[in-house]
Formats: sequence, C-alpha cells, structure tokens
Amino acid sequence: MKEYLKILWAFMKVGALTFGGGYAMLPILQKDIVERYGWASEEEIMDYYAMAQCLPGIIMINTSVFIGRKHKGTPGGIAAGAASALPSLVIITIIAMCLNAFADYPVVKNAFAGIRVCVVVLIVNAVVKLWKSAIVDWLSLVFIFAPVCALSLFTKISPVILVVAAAVLGVVFSQIKWHRAKKEGGK
Amino acid sequence: MILLQLFWEFLKIGLFSVGGGMATLPFLYDLSDSTGWFTYAQLADMLAVSESTPGPVGINMATYVGYTVGGFGGAVLATLGTIIPGTVIVLIIASMLDKFRGNKYVDAAFYGLRPASTGLIAAAGVSVVGIALLNTGLYAVTGKLTDLISIKAVALAAVLWVLTNVVKPTKKLHPVVFIAASAVVGIVFSFAGA
Repeated sequence: MKEYLKILWAFMKVGALTFGGGYAMLPILQKDIVERYGWASEEEIMDYYAMAQCLPGIIMINTSVFIGRKHKGTPGGIAAGAASALPSLVIITIIAMCLNAFADYPVVKNAFAGIRVCVVVLIVNAVVKLWKSAIVDWLSLVFIFAPVCALSLFTKISPVILVVAAAVLGVVFSQIKWHRAKKEGGK
Repeated sequence: MILLQLFWEFLKIGLFSVGGGMATLPFLYDLSDSTGWFTYAQLADMLAVSESTPGPVGINMATYVGYTVGGFGGAVLATLGTIIPGTVIVLIIASMLDKFRGNKYVDAAFYGLRPASTGLIAAAGVSVVGIALLNTGLYAVTGKLTDLISIKAVALAAVLWVLTNVVKPTKKLHPVVFIAASAVVGIVFSFAGA
C-alpha cells in the first residue's frame, strides 16, 4: 500500500510541475524516478518516452503508465497514469470556473483577442517542429500531409477516418518501398 | 445523457490522437462542428489557458472542454476518456514490449500517421487564423479588403513569430510568457474592440 501511495505522490508531482508536457517532464522524471526512487533507469525512461510518443493518447500519461507498471504491475501503471492527470483536473476546473464567470468583461475579451494571436504562432511553431520528424520524403508530403490537411479544412470528414486511412497508406507505401528495395537488391 | 456522449467523444479522442497534446486539437474542432457545445474561439482561449498552466496540454484541454460542456462531472469524464485508451494500450504493449519495438509494420503505420497528424494540426492552425487575424464580420459589412485583415493582430503575430523563432534570448522562453504578454497587448490596444 505504501508503495502505491509513493507512486501517486511521485506522479502527482510530475503532473503539477510539468508545463506543456512532453520534453518538460523528462528532467523531473530523471530527478525523482531515477535518482530518488530508482524505479527505472535513465535508458528505460527514454525508451518509454519514445514509445509513448508513438502510441495513441497523451505522451506524459503514457510514459507514467509505463513507469508505474514497471514498478508495481498493472495497478501501479493505472495509479501512475491517474495521478499525473489529477493536478490538471483540479487546476483547470478552478480556472474554468473563474474565467467562465468573467468571460463577458471587456478586459477579458480584449486579453483573449490578444492571446488568440499568440495561439496562432504557437500552433505554427508546433507544426514546424513536427514537420521535421513527420515529413520524411515527398510521398508523405504529397499523399498524406497535403490531402489530410485539405480534407480536414474543407470537408466534414472526421479526423478519425483520416488518421486510420493514413496509417493504412503508410503500410501500403512502405510495402511498395520494401518490394522495390528487394528487387534492386536482387539484381 | 450529454455526459455519456461527452465521455464517448473523449474516448475516441484518446484513442485516435497520436503525437501529444496538440494532436487532440483537430478532434476538438471536429467536436465543435458536430455538437455545437463550444465555438472555435472558445477553443482557442482554452488552448491558451492549457498552455499556460501545469500539466499536459491534452489533459488540460480535455478538462477545460469537459467543464465547459458538463460542469465538474464533465471535466472528470472528459479527462478519464482521454487517458483510458492510452493507459490500456500501454499496459498491453508493455507486456509484449520486445515484439513491438522495431516491428516493421508498426513503423510503416507510423510513417503514415505522423504526416497525417501534422496535417490535421496545420488545418487547425488555419482555423484559428480566421478567428485571430481576420475581421470576417467587419468585412461582410464593408466589403473592403483592408477591413478583412486585422493589422494590429498581424503585427503582433509577426513580432511573436520573430521572438519565438529568431531572437536567441527569447526563443527558449516558456509559452506562458508570450501568452501573458499577448494578453497585455490585447488589453492595451483593445484587440476585441471592446
């Protein structure tokens, strides 16, 4: 029982101290999980983080579940995932309660009109960062990125369908590439 | 009933968004279209708050949207919905870890998934441009192209882009700094015209 409480506490700290998720959580994991508790090694954490990025859902939650499971099995994983989401739940609920009450004040309206401009720039920066690892050749640009972006903008097709179709296309393209590589290797 | 639907929608978001918090954004736009529970403008505001507060952006967004739609119960259900699929998948994957890593079919699927995710987020960015930088309302009244683009907003966007990409000392600053500064600029120059 004591170990589970430790897991809850450790991952609530991760959730509360990480701004923006992603890379920002790694220094905290290294300090607490590796050095203080010794639940996983540095290399294991990097592996978990890499895999968490490729799996559906929130990277930080997925990473926490990996670590919690390694230490205390399935219940440990669930405890770690839930604990790292808990601070968000509390903090955002309080903020939402306050902001929704004051949303019609001119000061709040003007502030958010300014903030929205900033949001555009943040999204552009996120796309540029993702671009480098996602668009690896012209196939992925012309047949996946461009059509998905256009279909999402101009049609009502659900992103779920676009994501599934893209995964299938990825497998098909890769098959063609393997096939070609094999043929050329055979010559 | 609305709470059940909310939970279901966020389960789908948790299952199909790959690549971190921003990846949930296109699904939230889609949810706005299909349900009308909240507007694009509200989403942009929620994203700004989510980026400025502790915790993963995706969870913050889920909690915020959930609270807006269904109060505290909505916040809890939306957050649970977002984390349950990933948690289950991680628990399964972790138990067959070695088989999964470096599997060429898994790699091949991600070869398609990553550009799709990037494309979806880019499309979401374009939708925010419409709200943040254009005065579609004023343009509809006057029909003048100079009224369509909000000069103040475009100028702020240009400055922010330079500060987050070019200027070395400010590049590494946390987004919360730029969000706070933009709020002040918005108030001082009355961006909403309010």
